[in-house]
Amino acid sequence: MTLLHTPATTFGLRPDLAVIAKRVKPSSKVLDIGCGNGELMEVLQTHMWCDVRGIEIDGDCVERCVSQGLSVVQGDADRDLADYPDKGFDYAILSQTLQTAARPDRMLDELLRVGTRAFVSFPNFAHWRTRAALLFGGRMPVTRAIPVSWYATENIHHVTVKDFRDLAKEKGARIEREWFFAGERQLGRAGANGRAEFAVFELSR
Amino acid sequence: MTLPAPLPLDGGGELSRVEIAYETYGALDKDRSNAILLCHALTGDQYVASPHPITGKPGWWERTVGPGKPIDTDRFYVICPNVIGSCMGSTGPASEASDGQPYAMRFPVITIRDMVRAHVGLLDALEIATLHAVVGGSMGGMQALSLAANWPERADRVLVIASTSRHSAQNIGFHELGRQAVMADPRWNQGDYYGGEAPDSGLAVARMAAHITYLSEEALTEKFGRNLQDREAKTFGFDADFQVESYLRYQGSGFTQRFDANSYLYITRAMDYFDLAEEHGGKLANAFAGTRARFCLVSFDSDWLYPTAESRHVVHALNAAGAAVSFVELSAPHGHDSFLLDVPALDRVIGGFLG
Repeated sequence: MTLLHTPATTFGLRPDLAVIAKRVKPSSKVLDIGCGNGELMEVLQTHMWCDVRGIEIDGDCVERCVSQGLSVVQGDADRDLADYPDKGFDYAILSQTLQTAARPDRMLDELLRVGTRAFVSFPNFAHWRTRAALLFGGRMPVTRAIPVSWYATENIHHVTVKDFRDLAKEKGARIEREWFFAGERQLGRAGANGRAEFAVFELSR
Repeated sequence: MTLPAPLPLDGGGELSRVEIAYETYGALDKDRSNAILLCHALTGDQYVASPHPITGKPGWWERTVGPGKPIDTDRFYVICPNVIGSCMGSTGPASEASDGQPYAMRFPVITIRDMVRAHVGLLDALEIATLHAVVGGSMGGMQALSLAANWPERADRVLVIASTSRHSAQNIGFHELGRQAVMADPRWNQGDYYGGEAPDSGLAVARMAAHITYLSEEALTEKFGRNLQDREAKTFGFDADFQVESYLRYQGSGFTQRFDANSYLYITRAMDYFDLAEEHGGKLANAFAGTRARFCLVSFDSDWLYPTAESRHVVHALNAAGAAVSFVELSAPHGHDSFLLDVPALDRVIGGFLG
């Protein structure tokens, strides 16, 4: 495995969020869909002087974000993205949320409609551990990257790196950059579909 | 404070010699940038954090406004005006008209925007160009939205709690019930009762009905259930057998001590006429076009008077207008009145949003 560098400590963010934070240009307008507790928003607002908005479905998360002074709307991205104007944002970010969308294909369309650029990160279902769990265990995989049992998981549309590249092509989206991770370690592109636990894509259209 | 110029009204004409009663808390800083306009609800008043002069009860939002509290008067200069049409010092139907007699029903029908126009007159007189924030719950939230839509340069932050951008048929229906109760009281006398007996029975019934809408079914059940009031068994009569009856009667009669029946008619009418989209070509997003203010809307899951859907409707419009908006539905058992009661999450949201 190629160990490029460990960006995990960038602003204390999760690796997928850290690469996004590094790529966003200062003073941009950003929409963070599924912003959770607002870790990325906070970094972009404080260190990058961005105008950041968030959408989050969990009320406790939203309360924490608003209490920190972040602009976050409690809502369901599947439904609420439609209210946002075309290209209202420089970046639309969807981290670890695509696989929970009712229709990931439509979500991707919406991302590229509201944002000039989009970042999408997701757990890669083709990771060798997942494959092995299914091949040898014969059961739905429960791994470090996919920790919740099949009946309780919010991941209703599992996706692989190859699947996502196909979808992007189908949607006429250009992949500007891509990053792959196993745990906190960043990997090279070679064999990413089998080796990456997580992937991050930067897209434009 | 008397406004220096007559106040133009949405219904046509103008109101002259407009008096605005208001309370302030905290100190205005040198660059006059730390002012918060706090807008009260239907039967509220300017005594947000000081004792009510008639009832002697603590201010209606003392848990939220004060030194070190979520609206921190050590940092902010809080201004709370009494709305026009009310009866706590600002010009209303009980005020003297130019002939020296009370206006009564000669008082013009006013709107939420008229109330806010009067507030803006007050801000002008106080030489406050831009507010740090405008804050309001329920009808206060309507005023905050109206200020943001019609005087967008006057407030940097807009905090709207348990409110709506328009009155629904159900909202209007409940208000009409209250008004008819007042008008059915023979002592109402076409509004001409000043100097004589006031239509207290009618106003009390109006308050009882309204009070039910401020509470959730869960809150009523929790508080009273089917418990009997100071008795072992039902009396097979029409006394207040149930605790809930006794409570509502108490609320109703207490209300008549501090509120004018005609004011109740005029203010409920203003709320019923409120439809922010209608004022802006039928599209709510137009009301907020180009706004640079930050918005925060809060709803409560148990509020069936202005349910979460109403706040979402405003949030969608703000998103479409590209405004910076936060929205959260808080979980609280008390119904619409949750915004006045002990909801720690609300304190955190208010404090965080005001910065």
